[in-house]
Amino acid sequence: MKHQVIVVGGGLAGLRAAVESAMLGADTAVLSLLYPVRSHSGAAQGGVNAALANMPECKDDTPAKHAYDTVKGSDFLADQDCAEILTSDAPVRIYELEHWGVPFSRTPEGRIAQRPFGGAGYPRTCYASDKTGLYILHTLNEQAVKHGIKVYNEWAVLSLARDGAMNHGLVAMNLQTGEIASFGADAVIIATGGAGRIFRRTSNAMQSTGYTLGMAYRAGVPLKDMEFVQFHPTTIIGTNILMTEGARGEGGYLVNNQGERFMSKYAPKAMELAPRDIVSRSIQIEINEGHGFPDGGGCVHLDLRHLGREKILERLPGIRDLAISFLGIDCIEKPVPIQPGQHFIMGGIDTDKDGATILPGVFAAGECASVSVHGANRLGGNSLLECVVMGQRAGAAAGNFVKAKSSAIQDAVLNDAVKKTSADVDALLKSDGKERLVTLRDTMAQTMTDNIGIFREEKPMADALATMRELRARFRDIGVDAKNRKFNLDLLRTIELGGMLDAAETIAAGALARKESRGAHSRLDFKTRDDANWMKHTLAHFTPDGARLEYESVVQTKWQPEERKY
Amino acid sequence: MTDSIKLSIYRRDPDLDTAPRYQTYEIQPEPGQTVLMALYHILDNVDKSIAFRASCRSAVCGSCGMHINGQNRLACETQLAPLGNEILIEPLPHLPVLKDLVVDMTAFWDKYEKVRPYLIAMKNPPEKERLQSPAQRKRIDEFIDCILCACCHSTCTLDAWSNDYLGPAALAKAYRFVADTRDEGGVERLKIVASEEGVFRCHTIFNCTEECPKKISPTFAIQEMKKKVLVAKFSGKM
Ligand SMILES: Cc1cc2nc3c(=O)[nH]c(=O)nc-3n(C[C@H](O)[C@H](O)[C@H](O)COP(=O)(O)OP(=O)(O)OC[C@H]3O[C@@H](n4cnc5c(N)ncnc54)[C@H](O)[C@@H]3O)c2cc1C
Ligand code: FES
Repeated sequence: MKHQVIVVGGGLAGLRAAVESAMLGADTAVLSLLYPVRSHSGAAQGGVNAALANMPECKDDTPAKHAYDTVKGSDFLADQDCAEILTSDAPVRIYELEHWGVPFSRTPEGRIAQRPFGGAGYPRTCYASDKTGLYILHTLNEQAVKHGIKVYNEWAVLSLARDGAMNHGLVAMNLQTGEIASFGADAVIIATGGAGRIFRRTSNAMQSTGYTLGMAYRAGVPLKDMEFVQFHPTTIIGTNILMTEGARGEGGYLVNNQGERFMSKYAPKAMELAPRDIVSRSIQIEINEGHGFPDGGGCVHLDLRHLGREKILERLPGIRDLAISFLGIDCIEKPVPIQPGQHFIMGGIDTDKDGATILPGVFAAGECASVSVHGANRLGGNSLLECVVMGQRAGAAAGNFVKAKSSAIQDAVLNDAVKKTSADVDALLKSDGKERLVTLRDTMAQTMTDNIGIFREEKPMADALATMRELRARFRDIGVDAKNRKFNLDLLRTIELGGMLDAAETIAAGALARKESRGAHSRLDFKTRDDANWMKHTLAHFTPDGARLEYESVVQTKWQPEERKY
Repeated sequence: MTDSIKLSIYRRDPDLDTAPRYQTYEIQPEPGQTVLMALYHILDNVDKSIAFRASCRSAVCGSCGMHINGQNRLACETQLAPLGNEILIEPLPHLPVLKDLVVDMTAFWDKYEKVRPYLIAMKNPPEKERLQSPAQRKRIDEFIDCILCACCHSTCTLDAWSNDYLGPAALAKAYRFVADTRDEGGVERLKIVASEEGVFRCHTIFNCTEECPKKISPTFAIQEMKKKVLVAKFSGKM
């Protein structure tokens, strides 16, 4: 199987990239573990940012103001040129989605409706009730069908097929049959989404593993800014399913056990709509100081009752259903118990502004990539935006890359790669190793949540790093119990764990090394931001002895770092 | 302590087993536990060979449609507690089984692709968004919520047993565009849904509507399109 461009992953970023490269005339295929419409982009609720200035309150909004909010929200770690690209491409990409059929909610004049989101100076988040991601994902899938893009469904990528200088394609496993095969491609675009399952409390899907971060890392591509992990303030207790920031955008309150809107203490101006890092920390402080409720290991309340039935049913029907299904609570009548949960990784596969990595022929886009537009903290509504903006750019870059040269795919490289990966999988199936998936995975997730969570400190982080290295060593002695190759979830999940442990180690190593507090990285032993020493990106390179960290300066265009007050 | 419950799960690998068997697992349910969480509990701790599909675990990705105590539902949003002490879990009925609870979705996606499931626009769009009033947008509210879980496809025997009847999911998708003021597919798409494979095959049995986890009514969509087809035919457009 050979294509000019293979996109791995069928979420927003992957589909947008595939459509672009197909429109450029490159022979493009998508290879995805899940049917594209099953991707976790579909769970995105609140909306997508673009300075369209559609609401009366935002008539003077501009892409430049959006860029400033993004840079400030990032705690000045975003590359400012990239933030400017993100926000100036935003209106074009959103209008394009509308032209393709996304059923956005509308203003009385019939324009795309926008709502306030955290850390933004204006109501800038374009929404479709509270199912924005679902509708955009389905629309992009429809465009992929329209363009006749071939999709390899339920295939998991396992490795890249490269020689010293360049990439020739990839090796993947068909979940339905267990077959392992190589796919030749002059360009591969990795668009595999989040890595939330590295943590125990997460809003992410079961398939948001982060496996490919480890895969790219081992293939020689550095992982950037991995220590910056976003904890969303409002996930429901127990399952950590998300209650969108849109709930606060529509006027929802956060309330402690004293009945107090405690955000007045932490962000008196922005209140509940301060950026996520700040709101999550505030909630955690309330819980730690005994002002929370005991349920779910500590929580506060998201109170929507004053919004009234009508507004809730019109603007927030999806999260109402979720709270009813998963907690038995109707938010029209009762407050919803919520706690912060892992939600997003700002870091990821290091790319330039066109999604290119340092490995020729390998691109990345979406949540798995780090451009970086989010820096140390992502603003709500900027991730779906990153998916469509960077997806389009990566698709264009890959399409042009393959068209500018004649195919150089070498069968020998593909054959070697498939042989090696098959041998690894065979060995795993035959292994009588003593270790098992569940113990290692649960230790990883629990340690990461406990030790590299919202508040961080030297000792727990050092312990976590040691634990990740120990788990990596134990992973060498792992075995699987299910031996039949067909739809073997034990095998798939065990393979995935290997990549997750690599990614987890880079998070721990990056966090331990960074001796300051910035955005989502909040240290009790280094409480302030240190621009003189730390306004720089972390790049983690794979070595057999663990991550080697290097640093790279932040691109500044217009804005000098300032204190973040909201 | 709550009583333990028994989950009886359909097991079959068509390459190895001529007939399915039902394997029973006894578990201690936790408060709020869903069928999907129970399946993961079994996969993690009891039987690692079991196969099922899932991802979002929040009723939005459409992966986990299965037949639970005789009804098609999403495992991830189905609580164990109201289901009683003995729970029967089977794959979506009438579809070829790949393994255990995993069914073959090929026919489902083929039918989806047949209705030209994308906005058809003849004219060049404006520079900014097309205008659509909130009232116009409201008309498609119900149908854009479809998550393509195939619960309706499986419960409609007309659909599941025939390779050509487009079936409730694909037809509801077609209606999502037919009813969208921005779509210009008009008669072209109506021709597809009016074909022998289309809306007139529906016997209005309402199974699809009853089993939709998202409370969508494909039957309504089908009836609306029948009307539109008739109008188009009588007015000479088709
Ligand atoms: C609950 C929730 C709500 C959110 N709400 C918002 C919001 O309102 N606004 C906003 O801007 N952002 C939001 N976000 C963030 C945003 O939704 C995600 O960052 C974004 O959708 C990620 O898209 P993606 O295309 O990168 O990945 P995904 O949509 O996760 O897609 C990943 C794809 O990769 C495939 N894949 C994974 N591993 C492999 C493998 N090994 N082999 C082959 N394929 C593989 C999967 O099958 C899938 O198709 C939300 C996130 C969550 C979790
Ligand atoms: S797991 Fe996604 S719908 Fe159930």
